[in-house]
Amino acid sequence: MTKRAGMETIRVIGVGNAWRGDDAVGLQAACRLRERLGPSVEVIEAEGDGLALLNLMEGIDHVILIDAAKGGGRPGTTVRLDLSMESRWGTVVPCSTHAIGVADAIDLARALGRLPKRIILYGIEIESVESGASLSEPVREGIDAVVEQVHQEVERSRCMNCI
Amino acid sequence: MRVTVKDGEVRDVELRIFEPPRYFEAFLVGRHYAEVPDIVARICGICPVAYQMSAVHALEQAFGILVPGPIRDLRRLLYCAEWIESHALHVYMLHAPDFLGYDGAIDMAKDHRDAVTRGLRLKRAGNRLLALLGGRSVHPVSVKVGGFSRVPTRHELQGLTDELLWARDAAIETVQWVAGFEKPAFRQDYTFAALAPEDEYPFNEGPIRSSRGLHIEACDFEHHFTESQVPYSTALHSTLNGASYLVGPAARLHLNASRLSPLAKHAWEETSLGLPVFNPFNTIVARSVEILFALEEALRVIQAYEMPRSPSVSVTPRAGVGMACTEAPRGMLYHRYAVDEQGTIREAKIIPPTSQNQRRIEDDLRAFVPQVLNLSTKEAALACERVIRCYDPCISCATHFLRLEVCEATT
Repeated sequence: MTKRAGMETIRVIGVGNAWRGDDAVGLQAACRLRERLGPSVEVIEAEGDGLALLNLMEGIDHVILIDAAKGGGRPGTTVRLDLSMESRWGTVVPCSTHAIGVADAIDLARALGRLPKRIILYGIEIESVESGASLSEPVREGIDAVVEQVHQEVERSRCMNCI
Repeated sequence: MRVTVKDGEVRDVELRIFEPPRYFEAFLVGRHYAEVPDIVARICGICPVAYQMSAVHALEQAFGILVPGPIRDLRRLLYCAEWIESHALHVYMLHAPDFLGYDGAIDMAKDHRDAVTRGLRLKRAGNRLLALLGGRSVHPVSVKVGGFSRVPTRHELQGLTDELLWARDAAIETVQWVAGFEKPAFRQDYTFAALAPEDEYPFNEGPIRSSRGLHIEACDFEHHFTESQVPYSTALHSTLNGASYLVGPAARLHLNASRLSPLAKHAWEETSLGLPVFNPFNTIVARSVEILFALEEALRVIQAYEMPRSPSVSVTPRAGVGMACTEAPRGMLYHRYAVDEQGTIREAKIIPPTSQNQRRIEDDLRAFVPQVLNLSTKEAALACERVIRCYDPCISCATHFLRLEVCEATT
């Protein structure tokens, strides 16, 4: 994505594992957002280990992450965390079935002083991460909500850029 | 992990790993052979290349295909990328904190920012190479039976040379760094098993050899290596002639040290550790030497690369059985497929390195636990975790993964 003078770079990253049930939620939300937002916003689906996130966030001003979360709430519930303001995880922690997870990657980027200027995490409360299962119904509804919220977030960010 | 004690002496150690069910083996049955590389790449987020390489080599054996020159070299290059990425992740992010007294990489990063930054850039060098060859960095999509769906140009590959040269120097520093760590005194008499070809450090080919004289082809794997269910864990255990054995960097190095690239050989000799590596805490050094080897090998392949006229050889399926072993970062990965004349998979068998090492990990723990029985349960669990982490098992991904249970034997 080319950066125009005075224009902030923005990137949407959906995280998850396509083959582990509800853990695919971030990937599917990203896929939907790619259609919704069009070519002017870069949308990435990130599978595998969380450390790759450090590379994906590099040089980007505003990162929006979407991931599965386990916070004990009802499946499909969504939560928005501003990680640029909040350095503690509280009750909602991104949920990873693999390697170093999103939470570790964020903490590591923070420890190294490499966190983007603005980083927002959207978490969708999940139910099951069983191998080969498809998304559960309440979680699908969570995607609808997150797609809407992220769309608005991106629009707000673009407006800020225009001022 | 369950430890049984009688009168202050360790009677038994059982490591219960709850692996996800062997869903993939069943899932592959009934699929067309061409779908296999993409499916098996999903088994592991850290080592998808290994699963793809074992799969395509096994299927090519079943179809009687040999993949020549530049495509063969590109497959070695792809494996280099995975070793660099996976080994750098383990050495810097998961293992080094154990030796330097930190809970994990995040704590370590505060005091050792330069080292952690170096590790991340090393890992990224592997990642960039993988992205170029595999299309996507995490689950490469371009590997297929017979070769690749597309191959890079000479120019594309050479664009990575400067970063790989930086990484090669960083890998030399890595070997020196980890060789300087203080290691706990602990020694076990291992049986090492690895691929060991005549003329190169192994990735995709070669007979399987052991340090006790075994010398077989992959098609005889199941005649010598036995996989069995144990009642206390869903993970299967492998044995060689009824006993545990070790796969991975220390085994590969033991059986292939003379075939290391020049700088890797020199760096290993400089550490003065010598072979065999009988202290599991020194596997971090063997692993780092392999990062250096993988970078030298990647640079060699890129330097010599001539783009092949076709990215793959033609494939005609035929009914049969094919087996192959390749060297995943964690050790030998065995695949066997039975295929019908249409190329449909009728049976699939996958034996990953972590399950091969599992019996060996238990044997280590049985010998190690008496040293830590006088510690608190929490401290003892941490000490045992450090032993397990030497093997870079998939479970080491979690910083704190071990629940230790000590019980008194009733008989």
